[in-house]
This record gives sequence, structure tokens and C-alpha cells, in this order.
Amino acid sequence: MATRGEDAGRQALTRAAVVDRAREIYDDLDFGVVRQWLAEHPGGKAGGYLPVYAPREVLHACGFLPVGIHGGGDRLEIIRGDAFYQSYICHLPRSVIELAQSGRLDMLSAVLFPSTCDVIRNLSGMWKLLYPDVYVRYIDVPQTPDPGAAVDFWAGELERLARDLGDVSGHEPGDDELRQSIALYNDVRAMVRTLYAVRQERPWDVPTEELYLLLRAGESLPPEEFIALARGYLAAVEAEPRRPRDNSRVVIVGAFCEQPPLGLIKSIERAGCYIVDDDFLLGNRFLTHDVPLDGDPLRALAAAFVRNDQHTSVLYEIDPLGKRRLMRDRVAAAHAHGVIFATPSFCDPALLDQPMLRAGAEDAGIPCIAFKYAENSGQFQQFREQAGTFSDSIKLWGAA
Amino acid sequence: MSCVVGIDLGSTTTKALILDERGEVLGRGITNSRSNYDLAAAVAKTEAFINARFSLVEQQAAGTDAAGVVGRLRRAFVMEQLLHQLRHLEQLMLAEVDASAPRELTAAFHVALTEICRQITAEEEQRFKQPPMLRSDFFRDAVGSAFMRIAEQIGDPNGVSFDRLVGMYDKCIIRVENEPLALDFRDHIGTALRRVGNPPGLVDAVEYAVVKDLDPRATVGTGYGRARLPFPKEQIRSEILCHGLGAHAMFPGTRTVLDIGGQDTKAIQVDSEGIVTNFQMNDRCAAGCGRYLGYIADEMNLGLHELGPLAEQSKRCVKINSTCTVFAGAELRERLSLGEKREDILAGLHRAIVIRSMSLLARSGGVSDEFTFTGGVAKNAAAVHAIRDLVQENYGQRTLNISPESIYTGALGAALFAHRMAA
Amino acid sequence: MATVQKDRSMLLQKEMIANHFARLEQAPETGEKVVYTFVPGNLTELIRSFGALPMLPEINALQSGMRKQSGDYIAEAERAGHSEDVCTYVKCDIGMMRSGNIGPGGTKLPKPDLLLLSYTGCYTFMKWFELLREEYQCPTVMFHVPYQGDGVLEPEHRRYMLRQLREQVIPALEKVTGRRYDEDRLREHLVRSARAEDDLVAVLQAGKLRPSPIDGYFGTVYYVGPIFSAFRGTEEGVEYYRALREEVDERAALGLGPVTPDGPLNDQKYRLVVEGPPNWTSFRDFWKMFSDERAVVVASTYTKVGGTYDFGFRHDPADPLGTLADYCSGCYTNLNLPSRIDMLVRYIHEYQADGFLINSVKSCNSFSAGQLMILREVEKRTGIPGAFIESDLVDPRYFSAANIKNRLESYFQMIDARRLGKTA
Repeated sequence: MATRGEDAGRQALTRAAVVDRAREIYDDLDFGVVRQWLAEHPGGKAGGYLPVYAPREVLHACGFLPVGIHGGGDRLEIIRGDAFYQSYICHLPRSVIELAQSGRLDMLSAVLFPSTCDVIRNLSGMWKLLYPDVYVRYIDVPQTPDPGAAVDFWAGELERLARDLGDVSGHEPGDDELRQSIALYNDVRAMVRTLYAVRQERPWDVPTEELYLLLRAGESLPPEEFIALARGYLAAVEAEPRRPRDNSRVVIVGAFCEQPPLGLIKSIERAGCYIVDDDFLLGNRFLTHDVPLDGDPLRALAAAFVRNDQHTSVLYEIDPLGKRRLMRDRVAAAHAHGVIFATPSFCDPALLDQPMLRAGAEDAGIPCIAFKYAENSGQFQQFREQAGTFSDSIKLWGAA
Repeated sequence: MSCVVGIDLGSTTTKALILDERGEVLGRGITNSRSNYDLAAAVAKTEAFINARFSLVEQQAAGTDAAGVVGRLRRAFVMEQLLHQLRHLEQLMLAEVDASAPRELTAAFHVALTEICRQITAEEEQRFKQPPMLRSDFFRDAVGSAFMRIAEQIGDPNGVSFDRLVGMYDKCIIRVENEPLALDFRDHIGTALRRVGNPPGLVDAVEYAVVKDLDPRATVGTGYGRARLPFPKEQIRSEILCHGLGAHAMFPGTRTVLDIGGQDTKAIQVDSEGIVTNFQMNDRCAAGCGRYLGYIADEMNLGLHELGPLAEQSKRCVKINSTCTVFAGAELRERLSLGEKREDILAGLHRAIVIRSMSLLARSGGVSDEFTFTGGVAKNAAAVHAIRDLVQENYGQRTLNISPESIYTGALGAALFAHRMAA
Repeated sequence: MATVQKDRSMLLQKEMIANHFARLEQAPETGEKVVYTFVPGNLTELIRSFGALPMLPEINALQSGMRKQSGDYIAEAERAGHSEDVCTYVKCDIGMMRSGNIGPGGTKLPKPDLLLLSYTGCYTFMKWFELLREEYQCPTVMFHVPYQGDGVLEPEHRRYMLRQLREQVIPALEKVTGRRYDEDRLREHLVRSARAEDDLVAVLQAGKLRPSPIDGYFGTVYYVGPIFSAFRGTEEGVEYYRALREEVDERAALGLGPVTPDGPLNDQKYRLVVEGPPNWTSFRDFWKMFSDERAVVVASTYTKVGGTYDFGFRHDPADPLGTLADYCSGCYTNLNLPSRIDMLVRYIHEYQADGFLINSVKSCNSFSAGQLMILREVEKRTGIPGAFIESDLVDPRYFSAANIKNRLESYFQMIDARRLGKTA
């Protein structure tokens, strides 16, 4: 099976080797790759960001290794984190606090808290109090796609961020450095888009479990290394093709912030659903087009955000029909048969959006199911059963 | 002789505790809480006074030949109380048969019920002759299982069936529990004495204890149901304050108290005088309380007291994420179906509920030395093991105090408040 | 039940509200335009300057809660697919709309001509109006108020707000009302706002007196009603706050406390500061748990959600749009956690409180996420232990009276024990 890759010779990695490497990074709650990078880059800094969207280019240009902070999943026992949160607040912030309070985030010199929801927003203030030596910034992205005021505002925020981060690292980037970082993250996004495109075309060749692990590795690896790992993966996929199965094609919606446990993704796939689109780790492809490399780089980045056509629960939808249309458009684009709303418990953005999205899907005759999870959900039986029934019913009644 | 009384009306059990003039514990009583809080308080109080009088008997008999017989006298007394309740239960059941059973079954019903009660009586008499064995003193627990067992044997599927007999029992047992009965020291000590053969030294000690005037000068109530006690407001104290003071009295070096009860968990900080300086209680959700272990025990078909020892046999603790009582059963079944061992799952469950209380402790201000653990869950070795580890990991070395009487911590605190009022 | 307070201010408020809702009900006939907006960051003066009528869905929801209608409305919304996990104000509003849109006062509520999404301090606001827009298919304008992440209003953020006001909000109001923006008219409203604000601040600060002539939480949610909703910048508003201030001054002069559901609370045993919104479905029972213990709230943060005036901010007619931006940015829920802690500590000191209480509501993550950290920090900085209870805004399933009473009693008794310990 793996002969073609071996014929290619040199140092081609097997699929299993790439996935193992990614899994190792994913499993490592001490962020070994980040610590290693810091050890190898004297004067370098690590900068964390929470979901969903943070301008990683700016961190990078200021000499930071950008590190996605996505909680501890089901691999972390929460002892200190629960002391900070009531039972009706989602699970992510308690595991993030647990990571921090147990010293696992002590390599971060800066942490960015995007305007995802009020829980992450307020966590920024908690971080200021708990870690006064760390640079903390709440990232309030513009909420209207207005090419004037919104771009000016956001460009101003990015300039301020670059200045502040430059102060922390001792390296305020010039325009060329910013452009280089932007170009590098254009490449990262292009690679993510390629991975998504290949999976959509041949989901049997790119199981979402593998894709997900790869993307998680990309949240702590330096961008060049991520790109190299992903290239290796794509090459291995071509070298080790798999056989298609009679599965249903589904889009997963609602999992853009608190991440599902890997077991949930596996359960859905094993229950007979090919995941052909999703919003896991959405920040890594939030900008849907390349950022232009001419002109003022931060204005270009700001304009790219405002012009962007990513539709998600964490941004205001200016089009009155936008929510109604979104599921239909995504299902069509992904040639999917149905939508699974997989939403973290107590997630305001996803749960408040769901009635609108679901109504739109149902109006368009798209089959839907919905369930809630927490990053540390320990039982998958119910998910497996629901996804299995869903897949069967789609097959039974024919594709939409 | 004057005394004071503290009553702790908890969600599952009601406790009473009596202190003498010097503030020493004279007696303790416990009963299951029921819908009638007044009665639960009265029953616990009666029990406490009975125990207080037995303490007096012990004091009098100390050093005499009779000293060795006090324990047997106490067992005889408990049996007399039980038989008295059983006779009452029998009367209620027979009356209920006359009132509500089908006419054609009345006679057979009388025969069956009388036979069951006769056999239970005989078993109890026999039991008394054997060496003592631990069992619940609550009437319902003591008699219920024997009733079921015998009813199963003699029930007639075509006539007075097992189900009919149990139905009659269920109807009447609640009334036995909810009617005030003559169960006091005076009511049964005479027959109990006769049963142990009226040893002369003991008779004198008992006479002393019977006539001794125990005059409660003050009573203070606490616990979840305290608002339902028929006491003026000044005689009611929050269980937080009572637990703090009670733990301080048991272990004067206490600075942090953790109480894990059936329905709630409390983390309390006290100063060197036992005054509460901060506290936190679990949020609305009962996850991490004793009740959770109850669900698990039911799910595993085990007695509550069997969980801890089984969990202690674990060599590899399974990580359990959900301490939600609602999901407990499902998670448990899934783990079992995955082939995990019962003891490993149980060890994980114990750790999970203790972790919940760690966050309450943190919210209240952490764990200071000394640390006193109270409540029903403090009797569970696996929970104690888990808390010891977690405290060590997160706060370093701490002296951990657990009293065998920890269930009376709240009642002791209440009695101490009463003692201050009487002073 | 206790006797209803018959103060002039109370009667005035009732009349104002009744008139306003009557006007709203008539709006489809009279042609008056109706603008829905939210309490935090409400641009009432601007809306009024266009001759339009503001309506505030949170106020409707809390009123439904007080009138015991919210449980049914929430159930209705949940049946329609809204999650049990999310804000009950939203579900109450949507349930009310689906049940015929009869307001809590019994009048028919008009459809909005414009949804003015003043996005201030609460993520849910954004979803709320996206959801309403689905139902009403009406024009919607977003006004993004940046959060004070670093504890100050940054000049760039102010400029961004001004541009949105000029380029988005005002054109939207012009289009809907058919009127031109009239800055002089806006100024006249702002003059009246500042006057009412002066009187309100005098009332709030009466909480510093002993005994306090006001309850700074339960009583004050009524006091802030007009200025947080439709009446800031109106003549009725000015008159209301003048009357209220006179009453409070009079009580203060006589050494009287506030009127609670159980009558006057003159003999005050505990002085508290409260953080977090109240529970509305059991509002009176909740208040009674305090007054039974002779506890008076001297200051609270919830009464600053619709504007923080007691640290000097007043609407300034000299800078009409700038002052609106300043106002929005300073609303309590738009402040970061360290600023909220500073405010609580300041209240505890300035109002000489014996304790503080956090009522953590399930619905509102803007308030609740981080409150345990607030508790810890305020305890650390004041040396006073705080009380922490949980309830909800308008979900009657989420108010456990026995639980809350138990905690409050324990807390008050702890304060007693500490007092005795200190004097002994």
C-alpha cells in the first residue's frame, strides 16, 4: 500500500508517521514544541491567543511564536480551574486556567483574547490580575463590514498591537517584516484550504481525525514547520490512497471555540459520516482570501478582515438573510447531505445562532441533528448512536 | 443537673447532642429525617437523652461488677424499643386490613401478618442472644428486610400475596415513623433490666439515672431544615457557624473545615476561636455531594458503605470527567461496557467528587493547617484517601482530622451555642 | 403583603410608563416611529431627537419576570428550539413575541421600525437583534461600542464610535423617521439628561448616610428605571428625579430608612454592597430575605448598567455625539474586570459596608464569568469576606429560595460572629 511513497524515496514520511507526530504535539499539554523553539531562538517570545480569530501575523512579525490556546480537552484534570467558574459556564476557560495555574503556560509573554464571547472577554481581565507580568490584550474586532470606519479602527488596533508586542519583545517590526509574516500566513491559510479541499473531494483519504490533529499541531508549530508537515501529509495521502465507503457527507457546525474531544470526531466518522466541512479551529482560515502584500501591511490586513466573507457566530451578520442562507450555502459548497450542530454546552455564540441556522437548513430541506458536548465529554455512545442513525436516515431517504 | 441541647436537622439525618454543665458531651441521638421535621427532631432528642442517661448509668456503674453489663443492657433496651414499635406496626396493619382489605381476605391477612410479626420477634430474641452485630438502628431498616423475606416465604400468590403484604407494610410503616411513640428511657428500661437478669449493682445505677433530673436550659437548632423547627429565631444558627464551632471543639487547631453531606458541600474557614471567617457552599448543582455516591451505589447494586472499601482496592484510577448526578449512571455503564474494572471506576469517581470540593475550598480561601473533614462522606476511606492526596498536591502537608463522631459536628456546634446562651 | 409605597415619585413613574406604553400601542396609528434598543448604551436622546419612541426589550423581559409571565414565555421559546443554556431575557422576549406580543403592562407592543443594536458590554445583544430581525424583517443598525479592555476609553475607540454614529446610526434614523438630524434638538435633550443625572447621583450617594434612606439595589432598580429606559433627556425624567431626590432628602433629614416590601427599614443592622443583577421572578421574596435580617444595600453595580454617573460623568450638551460615545463606553458591563473590582472596593470603603454579596445569574455571562475572581480579589483588598449566591434573571426554575436564604442567613450570622469576635 505504501510503496509509492517509498519509491519516491528520500525522506518521505508515512501517513502514520505524520499523524503520530501531530498527535504527539496535540497530546503534549506542556507545549514541548513551543519550549523547544524558545530554547533554540534566544530573544524569541511565545504569544498565546484564544479562539477564534487573532492576527497571528502581527505576533509573528514582532518575534513571537504564535501559540493557540484551546484548553486541555479530555486530557486534563480540572482541580484549580473550577474554583474560578460557576457550573453554568462552558468548560474551556476552566481548562485554560488550569493549564495556566499549573505552570503549563508560563512560557507565554503575551496572551490575546479575541472578542469571541463575554466569557473569553472577561478572562482577559482575569489574566491581567493573575499574571501581571504577561502582556494581555482583548482583541475587539470590528463588527460591521464598513470599509471606512471599520478598516480605520481595526488598522489602528493592529498598529497598537504591533507597537505593544514590539515593546514586549524588543522588536517592533518594519513594513517588510510585517509583509513577510503576512505572506507566510497567506501560505498557511492556503495550505489549510488545500487540506480542506482534498478532504472535501476525498474524505476517505483525509479522515477528519487526521486533519484535525494536523491543524492542532499547526496551532503550536512555527508556520514553516506546519507547512512542511502538512505537505508531508498530503504526499503520504497520495502515496497511500484509501478506498471510499458508503458514508454520508456532513458539515459540522458550532465547534469553533471550545474544541470537541478527539473521540467525538472519531465517533462521528465511525458512525458512517464523512465530515466534509467543519468549523473546528476556525481561526486558522478565518481570512478566506490572501492578504495583499502591497501598500501598508497592517491596513492591508485590516482591510482583508473587513472585506472577508467568513460568516460565523462571533461576527455580526449584516445581511438580514445571511443566517438563513448560511447552511444552504455551506452544504452546497461542500456537496454535503446534512448538518450536525455539535455545540459546546453553554456556548452563547453557537447556541444563540443555532435556531436561525437550523431554520435556514430545514427550509432548504437539509437534514439536521444537534447535540452538545464539552471538551472533556467522556462518553461517546450517545453521539455515535445519533450520528449513525442520522447517516442511515440520510442514505435511506436519499441525498438532499 | 442542667444541660443544653443542639439539634441538627439535615437533609437525610437529624442529629441531637446533649452537653452537661461543663460542656462535656452527655449523649447523642440520630434518626432519619422525614417529612415531619418536628418529629424527627423529637426522636433524635429522645435518643440523645436515652444515651445521656446510659452515660449516667455507665458513670455510676464504673468500677463495679455491673460495669460489664451496661453494654448488654443497652442492647436489650434497643430491642425493647424495636419490639414496642413492631407491636404498634402490627396493630396498625391489622386495623388497616379490617378497614380496607377485601372481606374474603381479612382472616388470611390477619394470620399472615401475625405470623410475620411473630417470626420477626423470635428472630430479634434470637439475635439478642448472639454476639452483637452492626446494623442500622433505624426501625425501618431493621425490620423492613425481615418483613420482606418472611412475606416472600408465606405470601400466597392466589390470596394474600407478597405484594399485598408489602403494600400493607408500606402503608403503615410511614405512620409508625411519623407518630410519637413511647420510646423513652423510662418506658423500656425496666423490661430491659429484667431481660439482663436485674443485676443488683446495675439496678442501683439505673435507678440513679432514671430519677436524675436532666433539665435542658437551652436548645439551639441548625441544619438545612432549621427554619422548620418550632424555635424562636435566637435559637436558630446556620449550619455553617455550627460546623465551624463544632469542628473547632473537636479539634481546636482546626482552621479549615470541609463538610460533604448528602445534599451539599461546605468549605469553611475558622479562626483560633472557631469563629467562621469565610465559607463557600456548592452551587445549585448537587454534583460532588454524598447523594452522587448514593446514585452510584444504586447503579452498582451496592450498599453505600461498600463503595469506599471497593474503591480502595483499585490499582489504576480511571479518570472520570462528569460528576453530574444525572449522567453518573450513563458514564458508569459506558465505562463498564468498555471493560474497566469496578474498583478502578469507583476510585475515579471518588477522586472526581473530591475534586469538586477542592474548588469550593479554593473559593473559600484554601486549605490551612489543621484541616478537618466532616460529614457522611468523611466515613468513606476512598474519599479520605483522595482528599489527602489532593490537599498534599495542592497545599502541601496538612494535618487531616477526622472524628468518628463527625456526623455530630453540626449538632455539637449548636449545643455549644446553646451552652453559651445558658451561661 | 406589605402596603404599596405611595410616594409621589412612584406615582409619577407609573404614570410615565403607562403613558409611554399607551403611545407605543398607538404608534401604528399615529405613525410615531419605534426604535428598539438595549439598556446599556441606549441612545435615548438621539432617538428622541428624531421624534421616535424607544423600546427596551430587557425592560419588557424583567417586567414579565416580576409579573410571573416569564416562565411560560421561556418555555415557548425553548419549544421553538432555543437552548436551555442561553440568556433567559432573550427567550422571554421571543416567547412573548410568539405569544402575541402583549407587553407586561397588558398593552400591545408595536413592531420596531428600526433595531438599533447598541452593542455595549454584552455579546448576547448581537444575537438578540439578529433573532428579532428574522421575525420582523426590519432595518437594523449595528453600533459597536468597543470594550474597555484596558480599563479606559481609548481616543481611537471614541473616534470609531463617533464615525459610526455619523455614518451609520444617524443616517439609519434619518431614513426611518424621514427627519434630518437636528443637533440643537439633541442638545436640549442632553441638557435635561444632565439635570436628571445630578439628582440621581444625589439619591445614589444618600446610601452613604446612616441609616441609609435608600436601598441601593432593590429600591434603586426602581429609581434607575426611567433614566435607563425611555426617559433620559425628557421633561418627565427631570421631574421624576427632582421629586425622587426631594423624597430621599426628606427621609434622610428624618433619619428614616427605605421602604421595603415589609415597610420601612429604619433600624439597619447590616450594610451591604451588591454585585450582579437581581432575580426578577422572586424579586420581593429575595428583597425580604434582606429586610428580614435588617440588611440594607448601600450601593450596587447593577444600578450602573444603563450608565455610570456617580464618578462624575454627565451627558454634555457641548459635545453631543462625543458625550454619547463616552456614556456608552462607561456603562458597567463595558468595564473590564479590574475596573469592576476597583469599583466594588471603592463602594465598600466609601459606603462603609459590612459585607458584599455577589448574585451570580446563570443567564448573563457578561456579568457572571469571572465573578468568583472578583469575589477573591475584593476579599483580598478589603479583608471582608463576601457572599456568593446563584440565581437567574427571569427563569423561575432557577431560583431556589431555601438555598439562597440559607446562605444569606449563614452570611449574616458570620458577620455577627466576626463583630463579636472583634469586640471581645
